[in-house]
Amino acid sequence: MNALMREWQRFTPMERFTRWAVYFALVVTLVWAVRNVEIIPEFLIDAPEQMVDLLVRMWPPDLGHYHPAVHHALVETLHIASLGTLFAFIFAVPLALLAARNICPYPGVNAFAQLLLVTSRSVNSLVWALIFVAIFGPGAAAGTFAIAFRSIGFVGKLLAEALEEIAPGPLEALEATGAPKGHVLLKGAWPQIAPAFWGVALFRWDINIRESAVLGLVGAGGIGVVLDDAINFFQWDRVATILLTILVVVVVAEIIVTRLRAKLI
Amino acid sequence: MSASTLRRRAFPANWSARATAFGLMLYAIYAFGQLDITWARLSVGFGEAGRFLARMWPPNFSRAELLIEGMLESLQIAVISSALGILLALPLGLMAARNLAPLPLAVATRGFVAFCRSLHYVIVAILFVKAIGFGALAGVAALTIASMGFVAKLFAEAIEEISMKQVEAIRATGAGFGAVLVYGVLPQVASRFIGFSLYQLDSNLRNSTLVGIVGAGGIGGTLFAAFKRFDYDFVVAILLSIIALIFIAELISGRIRALLR
Repeated sequence: MNALMREWQRFTPMERFTRWAVYFALVVTLVWAVRNVEIIPEFLIDAPEQMVDLLVRMWPPDLGHYHPAVHHALVETLHIASLGTLFAFIFAVPLALLAARNICPYPGVNAFAQLLLVTSRSVNSLVWALIFVAIFGPGAAAGTFAIAFRSIGFVGKLLAEALEEIAPGPLEALEATGAPKGHVLLKGAWPQIAPAFWGVALFRWDINIRESAVLGLVGAGGIGVVLDDAINFFQWDRVATILLTILVVVVVAEIIVTRLRAKLI
Repeated sequence: MSASTLRRRAFPANWSARATAFGLMLYAIYAFGQLDITWARLSVGFGEAGRFLARMWPPNFSRAELLIEGMLESLQIAVISSALGILLALPLGLMAARNLAPLPLAVATRGFVAFCRSLHYVIVAILFVKAIGFGALAGVAALTIASMGFVAKLFAEAIEEISMKQVEAIRATGAGFGAVLVYGVLPQVASRFIGFSLYQLDSNLRNSTLVGIVGAGGIGGTLFAAFKRFDYDFVVAILLSIIALIFIAELISGRIRALLR
């Protein structure tokens, strides 16, 4: 009788304890952060008023500023994003082949390729832009390389994962016919990863459009340069125009990517 | 007609792929011209890169105090903005889910959420710096907006994928909207929601090291100042610390994810 009245619990006491410990640690971190972060109370009280003031200054947007200055900067941004994505693929495809354990059978080479990919990923594109501005000087070249180097890690990782998931059958069949390695990859591996490849390419292009819009803040070309200038001169109606332009381009890029993806995959 | 012409070639030449590749190559050449990237400029750049790398080594950790202060501020920005963003994303996600909220509300919320996501967080940070002044507050505000948009979108998608059977069962007992949420919806999305939140905490940590470039607090300001003063050995020290911090955070969040599963 007593056994039926027993209360059943899904987790062991140890599991429940660790769970609460994690929650507790998260709350403690949050409290520590709130208490220690340097927030100036005057700024906080003032904030809504200042936000309204900023929006009032932005309205109406100076749409006459769009042509030619913003338009040319926008075209430059699009070139930086597209060319950067193309560049990234030139480096990322060989690295992905080297990083995939089923394509390249040497663990040392795999680890080295992974290390390069991780390094590329963990440095943000704005930091890459700072580095390339120091190397190539301000301008679109720095921006293109920044976008490319940030994308290599992202694209390489996803392609390597796609490569590791392919079925070995077609590769073995081609090898059995005596096909050389290049043919095995082209006719055995490529058809299997093509959807993933185009998906990754479109996805990264979309991200790069967003990211290349800010590179100009550190002098790496594109629409960010115009934005930075307008902000430094407090021309808020022009800032509004540029922000609207960025918004429209980002939305249009997303629509294009969604359409193409539905078609290709 | 002979049999050989009728037989399909095993590996026909893929003309559309060749045309695409050719088109991309033409575009690359055209874009190079447009962006004024020339070989002369690149080769000068590669020479500079050698000097640049030489000046980066060895990393200079002598200003550790400044470094730690900046890293801690970045950490604080990341934690606060994640908490605020996730908290705000909960009702927004619910309002944007088409299977629970009325359609006009869902569409309006989706529009708002998409707007939050479409501007890059650094641009949002600039606006907040101009509006509410330099410092961590602007960084927190900017990253809160970005996290809110991102988590709310994923949360709404997770809610739209739930099984409605359980929701209907709870409704059939005469439960109110709150009870339906707690017993019908939350159990189905809780684990995914925790996953999104942890992911957002990770990505906020990355982003919070950067908003300082536009004056919104954290290590980014120190990094940008070091770049401007050509203290490249200190730059490398900062970059290495950022990479270490992100690496540790990914390890911890991976462990938490495994624990909570």
